[in-house]
Amino acid sequence: MTGRGAADSLLPAPSFAPSVIQWRSKMAAERDTPPLGSAAAGLADFREPEDGEDLFVSTASTLESSPSSPEPASLQVEDVSANSNGPKTAEILIDDDQDDLFAEATEEVSLDSPEREPILSDGPSPAITPVTPTALISNRIEPKVIGVPSMFERSLDEVEEEAGGDLFDINISVSDPEKVGDGMNAYMAYKVTTKTSLTIFNQSEFSVKRRFSDFLGLHSKLASKYMHIGYIVPPAPEKSIVGMTKVKVGKEDLSSTEFVEKRRSALERYLMRTVKHPTLIQDPDVIQFLESSELPRAVSTQALSGAGILRMVNKAADAVNKMTIKMNESDAWFEEKQQQFENLDQQLRKLHASVEALVCHRKELSVNTASFARSAAMLGNSEDHTALSRALSQLAEVEEKIDQLHQEQAYADFYLFSELLGDYVRLITAVKGVFDQRMKTWSKWQDAQVMLQKKREAEAKLHLANKPDKLQQAKDEIKEEIEEWEGKVQQGERDFEQISKTIRKEVGRFEKERVKDFKVVIIKYLESLVHTQQQLIKYWEAFLPEAKAIA
Amino acid sequence: MLKEGKLFFEIYLHFSLLVDLNNDASLLIDIPDALCERDKVKFTVHTKTTLGTFQKPEFSVSRQHEDFIWLHDTLVETEEYAGLIIPPAPPKPDFESPREKMHKLGEGEASMTKEEYAKMKQELEAEYLAVFKKTVQVHEIFLQRLSSHPVFSKDRNFQIFLEYDQDLSVRRKNAKEMFGGFFKNMVKTADEVLISGTKEVDEFFDQEKTFLLDYFSKIKDATSKAEKMTRSHKNVADDYIHVSATLNTILYIPLSIPLSRHLEKLADLFEKLRKVEGRVASDQELKLTELLRYYMRDIQAAKDLLYRRARALADYENANKALDKARLKSKDVAQAQQHQQQCLQKFDTLSESGKKELTSFKGRRVLAFRKNLIEMAELEIKHAKSNMALLQGCVELLKSN
Repeated sequence: MTGRGAADSLLPAPSFAPSVIQWRSKMAAERDTPPLGSAAAGLADFREPEDGEDLFVSTASTLESSPSSPEPASLQVEDVSANSNGPKTAEILIDDDQDDLFAEATEEVSLDSPEREPILSDGPSPAITPVTPTALISNRIEPKVIGVPSMFERSLDEVEEEAGGDLFDINISVSDPEKVGDGMNAYMAYKVTTKTSLTIFNQSEFSVKRRFSDFLGLHSKLASKYMHIGYIVPPAPEKSIVGMTKVKVGKEDLSSTEFVEKRRSALERYLMRTVKHPTLIQDPDVIQFLESSELPRAVSTQALSGAGILRMVNKAADAVNKMTIKMNESDAWFEEKQQQFENLDQQLRKLHASVEALVCHRKELSVNTASFARSAAMLGNSEDHTALSRALSQLAEVEEKIDQLHQEQAYADFYLFSELLGDYVRLITAVKGVFDQRMKTWSKWQDAQVMLQKKREAEAKLHLANKPDKLQQAKDEIKEEIEEWEGKVQQGERDFEQISKTIRKEVGRFEKERVKDFKVVIIKYLESLVHTQQQLIKYWEAFLPEAKAIA
Repeated sequence: MLKEGKLFFEIYLHFSLLVDLNNDASLLIDIPDALCERDKVKFTVHTKTTLGTFQKPEFSVSRQHEDFIWLHDTLVETEEYAGLIIPPAPPKPDFESPREKMHKLGEGEASMTKEEYAKMKQELEAEYLAVFKKTVQVHEIFLQRLSSHPVFSKDRNFQIFLEYDQDLSVRRKNAKEMFGGFFKNMVKTADEVLISGTKEVDEFFDQEKTFLLDYFSKIKDATSKAEKMTRSHKNVADDYIHVSATLNTILYIPLSIPLSRHLEKLADLFEKLRKVEGRVASDQELKLTELLRYYMRDIQAAKDLLYRRARALADYENANKALDKARLKSKDVAQAQQHQQQCLQKFDTLSESGKKELTSFKGRRVLAFRKNLIEMAELEIKHAKSNMALLQGCVELLKSN
């Protein structure tokens, strides 16, 4: 594998693909797609890609070209195979400090596979995991690494600055659903088109083909990377075995078409929400998803796969844990917010149900109006008074147009109002999840404190014991352990503070976004209602003279 | 819970199912109020007359639905009226639908907020009232058809109905015992008589028969479809109530100020919209569904007339055959001849009056359809404009924030 020129985009993924990693500096004027940063620092834990596993884990940086970047030289790493060692390619590094960063980042690589929910069980500080992209950004501005959390936080600010500067000019559309293959192995491929002026992308307009499991794979990765540090990751659309089976089997009826349209629309909204997040849009996985012409298949997202089952088990475990963690909430803000979101969840579900009923009844109204229209036409035919007969036929035509109107309105009811609420319900679940993660972080911190205490007690006991020869070794050991746990306690506290901070910010952003979102969609929905009424007026005003003409 | 107890109210009726009724000042009838007690509705029938046949110039009596049926049946059974279209009997007051909904509402009370429950109850009470109004109207129309008819207005039983200040239940029982619905039962199998019966020589009646048979089935179908359509409309209006109520509940959760404002406007909008939608549904019901339903029954009454005429024709043809037989046997010829003449006369009278009735019926029907269709279109336009104003107002408010 040879290195690519700066102008090349990330390699497509032939069978060899996962081990091909490219590194580009943001110095390069071109907006290359994200390399996998782990390449530069050595891939100590880098595994050979397993079947179906996507190794394009996003520890890479997504540096934007910035006018402030000092060096115009392009730094390119040679393609790194799984066995490459890092330091040789150190020449690529912009800053020496990045070495350290990468070292840590590398260790995280293996945690990123979708199977493992990296729930604070072990491993290095989770705060690091997604830092790589943003960390590098901050490094660009300030080479000194102060400490992980604050650097992390600063990078967030910068991200937002960048985001604000670019006005988040990005638009994604999902279109052209196409059935690929036959029988039960068939799937729908969707065209994902991105239009943007953001510099993290190679082009300003580009399309790729993706299937549903690709979207799920993306979400899975993002969730595993970001949720445990407090980011609200937009949830992916739900799977539907029934719906998809119909499509696979080749049923070309209305319900399959509606199902595909529903899914297409949901996928579009999902992507838009994801890219509107200033941190997520920089994530290499996201960029690759949008740009890369081929993506290794995310098999582990299948409902009945081993990974799927593992996920379910983990979820169950989480639920139990949640019940047993009793957190001393010292922060009133969190207590209030949690309660708010709990209430909101309840009410939104209720509202969603009401709107679903509305959709159903509106569809019924459409059907019944059509049925009446046919009946009125028959009546008009039967009527022997000429003028009345004509008026009744006209009435039938009006009602037929109105039934179309009701049907269109039902679509608007659904796609604008009902789906909006459904999305919100799922989003709130994601928010609640993030609060839970904070609880877990707190719990881990507490556990570390308990452990530390135990170790200290053990040390004290040792000091009181009377066996000098064995003692020294034990004392040394325990001293080491104490240091280790002291470190963990500190880290735990830092993590807790960090996640709390992140959540506050995320919730603030979430609330702002939701209000904007909601307003936009509701206005659209109301305008659809206005349109319906306008049409009604038109139709009935056209009918009136016909009725008056009955003589 | 809405107590069925005593629903007592004054009704101003603007029911235009029929046109040009109650114009003749010599006999004016109306039902100014009604009482709903349990399942029984008591109508106050008020008469104003200049005719000398009545004891007083103005009077009121209380009548039940069964009294109207009794009156209708006696008219049907009266031979002299065979050549007339007997105005269809008013249907029995049917509070089943709102009552069932009220029951369901009671069961679901726990799952909704107080405001939501109050609004749903309000809607149901309005529905109850609407059913009530309809039944009063339809009973009134029945009487007004009679009072504006040159022949029926002079009917003795009609007079008793209007005037007799006592309970009519005794008479009702007697009538049942006397006739036992004999004629009515005969009419029920009349479809076969009409269809497979004797060949129609008169072109007018032939056309009428074809038309009425076909039209009846079409209008019956149209009535039931219109009913379904109206019910769907009501369901949509009800959904708006739930949406509005839940939005109001969400407002109790401390949210950001802009979001609260948006939700408040939206909740208010849906509350107003549902009222308009409710009106759309009920106006559609009155102008369309009720129109179709009434004329379906009227067409049935017209069909009954045809059946009676067909029977009379059959009688006449039988009498002819009997006469021929009698002539052959040279026995009872005079008797047979007289019978034949009677039958012919009866048939001719029937045919003559029938033709007049059917012609005026068509005119009446066309006018009623015209009036109602115009009114419905005008109301639809009016409501759509209200809706639009509400919606656009809300959009403006949302955009301006």
